[in-house]
Amino acid sequence: MSILVDESTRVICQGFTGKQGTFHSEQAIAYGTRLVGGVTPGKGGQTHLGLPVFDTVADAVRETGATASMIYVPAPFAADSILEAAAAGIEVIACITEGIPVIDMLKVKAVLAQDYPDACLIGPNCPGLITPDSCKIGIMPGSIHSKGRVGIVSRSGTLTYEAVAQTTATGLGQSTCVGIGGDPIGGLDFIDCLSRFADDPQTELVLMVGEIGGGAEEAAAEFIRQGYPKPVVAYIAGATAPAGKRMGHAGAVIAGGQGTAAAKCAALRAAGVHVVDSPAELGVTAARVLENRSEGMSTS
Amino acid sequence: MNLHEYQAKSLLSEFGIPMPSGALIQSADEVGDGAHLPASESGRWVVKAQVHSGARGKAGGVRLVDEVAGVTQAATDLLGTRLVTLQSGPAGLPVDSLLVEPAADIRHEYYLAVTVDRALQRVVMVASSQGGMDIEAVAEQHPESIHRAVVNPTVGLGAYQARELAFALGLPVDQMKGFVSLALKLYRAFIERDAALIEINPLAALTDGELAIVDAKVALDDNAEYRQAEWWKRRDIAQEDPAERKAIDHGLNYVSLDGNIACMVNGAGLAMATMDLIQHAGGKPANFLDVGGGTSAAKVTEAFKLILENPRVEAILVNIFGGIVRCDLIAEGIIEAAREVALEVPTVVRLAGTNAEQGRRMLAESGLALTAEDELAAAANRAVALANTKREAGR
Repeated sequence: MSILVDESTRVICQGFTGKQGTFHSEQAIAYGTRLVGGVTPGKGGQTHLGLPVFDTVADAVRETGATASMIYVPAPFAADSILEAAAAGIEVIACITEGIPVIDMLKVKAVLAQDYPDACLIGPNCPGLITPDSCKIGIMPGSIHSKGRVGIVSRSGTLTYEAVAQTTATGLGQSTCVGIGGDPIGGLDFIDCLSRFADDPQTELVLMVGEIGGGAEEAAAEFIRQGYPKPVVAYIAGATAPAGKRMGHAGAVIAGGQGTAAAKCAALRAAGVHVVDSPAELGVTAARVLENRSEGMSTS
Repeated sequence: MNLHEYQAKSLLSEFGIPMPSGALIQSADEVGDGAHLPASESGRWVVKAQVHSGARGKAGGVRLVDEVAGVTQAATDLLGTRLVTLQSGPAGLPVDSLLVEPAADIRHEYYLAVTVDRALQRVVMVASSQGGMDIEAVAEQHPESIHRAVVNPTVGLGAYQARELAFALGLPVDQMKGFVSLALKLYRAFIERDAALIEINPLAALTDGELAIVDAKVALDDNAEYRQAEWWKRRDIAQEDPAERKAIDHGLNYVSLDGNIACMVNGAGLAMATMDLIQHAGGKPANFLDVGGGTSAAKVTEAFKLILENPRVEAILVNIFGGIVRCDLIAEGIIEAAREVALEVPTVVRLAGTNAEQGRRMLAESGLALTAEDELAAAANRAVALANTKREAGR
């Protein structure tokens, strides 16, 4: 089991014939993702990477039965692509694109909530999601992953890879890894992913990687505090970041004293989360927590 | 991107929002006999330094003067200096222009702003009867005075929402129409100009009963530069940190900090994590620097140059997680860059991911002052140790 995607998920790529779309589609196919085609308006009927190209997402869905899409469309057109995917009935929409205007995303979120409540948007400005050995939708390097017991949810890209590599090195492996993105307005949040991991029998522990800015980590802490069935290990990046400065990600800024790493760590600790101060300790901490848990179980 | 006050007022006036008449001056000579200063009924003017910071008044950047000579004096005092405010940092910001407006007779100061609420994922209009001070301070001292209207983007701000805010502020009925009109125009400006923040503070009720905008702050969404090109042309780069500005020109994300250990990282989250690790190891980060996902030798070279311009840097920590980008290519870039900039500062390079071992071997064989590490914490510890050794050797 896993969350959101597995080996049977039929995936299409929007922006399929572009440079990014082509490169990452090749990588996805090589990883074993069930990529069934792609969309580039005006190139319908052509074949690309041995797969059919469609003019619209609706055509692609009708012809291939796709339920997931990865979007590599440039920022000025990406919001439209998300809505096109949702309107065509795509369930898992991973938007990798960085730099979508906030106003566009506000409108997208409102339309999704009103008209397509079942569509799951991941991102934008995110690495995507992967269920190891089954389905890779995004820009993460497949080789560092291994199938296993830890669910990972993160606002970051390369920092997620760090968490992945550490859980691979300790032999724990991952159930599914979701990069929810670094923008202030995005799709799935920590709580959405935590809920799904709670229901997934393969996931034994959740590893949460947050960062400064906003209140999503605090909201997740409150959610966990109300009773979460699995152990959670967390790291919050940006303890040393100054207030008022945007740290790369549009969403990573401490504004008006809100969104500091200290406040987020305190909220998570109060909820019983194992918070690590160093990102180098994510893997070993997850391993220790799971080990203590199984020992506790065998003695009880 | 932040706009100056005079630019913010110009942007808002395009939406039919009435603004006080003002004159922008860039030298004391321009004041002359005051012929082209805005007419002032009270005979008094406010002279305001145009810098990208709040708290200008407390820093001496806002002067109330009662004759033309006073304007000239303020211009002589302020232009060409740097204004140090509570928000500007110790170096302050250059005062290259002043906005002169007639002084208003203010009866009461309100606060009115439009921004994005991240938790609600909606645009909100925020109003308070306690204007003229920092909204964070109001939130702490008078939270009951802050009122919010949450906007559904498919219909926009409703007139009823603006009326609710007006009633909540306790505005008299004869000011209602003016307030609603102002609120609707501010919302339109926010959406059509891709703003991240519009803040009117204070919004003044004048002694004659009119509502007037005294100070206005506008920040635009960096992601929307491509469709607000007219405004981005007016960006005042003199107000920005020179190193950060240069970084943007090279596609790098850089923020200056005051520590001794520089870092160069691919990815914003990992860059923040690397800063945290440096502190964890007993050092202090000199900067945040994200070279981006698909980085190149040219980018790495520019990043090294940027780092080395900071005289406080005693060691460099390069932390690259090669995903799609192969570590051997990164190593090649680092070696090339290190040669080009004649790198002398001790540098620890941590490579992980695709072809990391090959990359580390290349660094070791380069004969350059590069120390390769494969583990995250060890790399940070090594960088801090090298900085300490360097400092002690320098004594």
